[in-house]
Amino acid sequence: MKTLAEVAKLVRSKNAGPFWLTLDVMFDDLATYEAVRDQHVITVELISRLYGQSPEQVRLFTHDSALAIKVSLPRPHSSGSPMDTDVFGGQQYAPLLDLPVQIESEDTHDNS
Amino acid sequence: MLEPLPLVAATGMLGSGFREESIDRAIALGVRMIGCDAGTTDFGPHLLATGNSQFSRAAVKRDTAVILAGAARAGIPVVIGSAGGAGGDVNLAWMRDVVLEIAREQGLHFRLALIRSEQTKATVRDLLRDGRVVPLPPAAALSDDVIDDSLHIVAMMGAEPIQAALDGADVVLAGRSSDAAIYSALPLKLGYGPAISWHAGKILECGAAAVAQRAAPDSMVAVLHSDSFDVFPLRDDYRCTPQSIASHTLYENADPFRLTEPSGTLVTLESEYAAINDRAVKVTGSTFEPAARYGVKLEGARLAGWSTIVLGAIRDPLIIRQLDGWLERLDYNLRERLRKTVGDAEPYQIGTRVYGRNGVMGDLEPVNSVEGHEVTVLWDVISGRQELSHSVAASLSHMALHNPIPEWHGLISAVAFPFAPSEVDRGPVYEFHLNHVAFPETPTSLFPTVFESV
Repeated sequence: MKTLAEVAKLVRSKNAGPFWLTLDVMFDDLATYEAVRDQHVITVELISRLYGQSPEQVRLFTHDSALAIKVSLPRPHSSGSPMDTDVFGGQQYAPLLDLPVQIESEDTHDNS
Repeated sequence: MLEPLPLVAATGMLGSGFREESIDRAIALGVRMIGCDAGTTDFGPHLLATGNSQFSRAAVKRDTAVILAGAARAGIPVVIGSAGGAGGDVNLAWMRDVVLEIAREQGLHFRLALIRSEQTKATVRDLLRDGRVVPLPPAAALSDDVIDDSLHIVAMMGAEPIQAALDGADVVLAGRSSDAAIYSALPLKLGYGPAISWHAGKILECGAAAVAQRAAPDSMVAVLHSDSFDVFPLRDDYRCTPQSIASHTLYENADPFRLTEPSGTLVTLESEYAAINDRAVKVTGSTFEPAARYGVKLEGARLAGWSTIVLGAIRDPLIIRQLDGWLERLDYNLRERLRKTVGDAEPYQIGTRVYGRNGVMGDLEPVNSVEGHEVTVLWDVISGRQELSHSVAASLSHMALHNPIPEWHGLISAVAFPFAPSEVDRGPVYEFHLNHVAFPETPTSLFPTVFESV
């Protein structure tokens, strides 16, 4: 068992315009990407629970040619508005890092 | 069969920098246009609200000077989109000044086109009245009150106003533009397909951001063909890989497979990315769905109020373990006190961010407990006047300092303030308040263009 932080090449978050937030989980080999995709490590229900948003608001994509999984959700406050906490939306990915992934190979990054 | 059409993006954002030799190399490769995106909403609403530029005049001037000199030498056009940052009239005039100063200093002469994108409230009210404005999720329907609240409103142009300007101009300064339209305008005008033109534009608009490992901002080239395009960087130490180019549609987009532009939607579901060599990638298979109705995004900023902030920190574990209760009692006591001093007539709001708990993620934070031995509290008081916000903040900091907990008997000093004075006036603060699409009469009707000889 590994964590998403250990097996991903990059986990990041960023604004998608001032009203949306987007989370990208990227891999550098097909096997790891497919393992995370096929084990449904990231689901709409999970994101909804972790981020306290209703599932109808959460959009999930798997991008095979980019070896990436993407999640988009509306921002609670628009970028740079009075109650916003993160103008670029750049530090909103941490809740994903400890998600468990079943990986047998030891040939992965160690970002822990 | 269309001839190969090479285009270069100088960098992802004008003022962020690139190597001069990258532009030289691009020109040696025969690029037919130099483009650069100069704006974004990413830094926040203040750029549109105030007309300021994010990057310094010196930084923008340096990048623009290299672009203009290279283009003049090669005899090719320049397109700068979202000029001056937010693309409003003030931003556009600022960018024009920079360009004129460079032309004087370098002895350059050219035809300049300025494409305005700022909209008057009257124009937007008319669009709304005619049923030509719809909200984008998660926004609500637009109303005259919301329009009247605006400091500035811009519409985001597509490729058509830029194409029209390229008919008479060597240098095009466009107000708020779709980032990809900066690069799609010329190929679309020359008859290249919309899927190739927009997808290449989408990759180019961030400059070298789509390389595998970017050390610093730099230039990027796309060569368009009839049914594909190639993309590669100009620095020897940069590489594009199929994955790096495929991934670029993820960046700053909510949906990586459907990218909405004014004239339609670029669909990348069937796109294929193949390595040409170890640093260039060929893209095929993208499609374009023409829009049922041509629509441009509206962006607007309004004044949210005047802010005074107070920064304080707490180390006492007895306070930290009852932090929510302590903050609630502070809020209650403070509002009781303020009722007797500043009164209730003018509204104010107090935002409380607790760093060490959910200061970074706010409502999105799943771990709503303090796990460390100290916390920082950032209070942000916002009201309609700086004096009022300051008064509230002064009461707040004093009451926070002595806000009691039951465990201690007697007057406590509960907060460590790092600054004296502890209240910092931040001036006016703004917010984006439009997230709507307008359907103009024609693709160019909201974007008047002025030509001048420089």
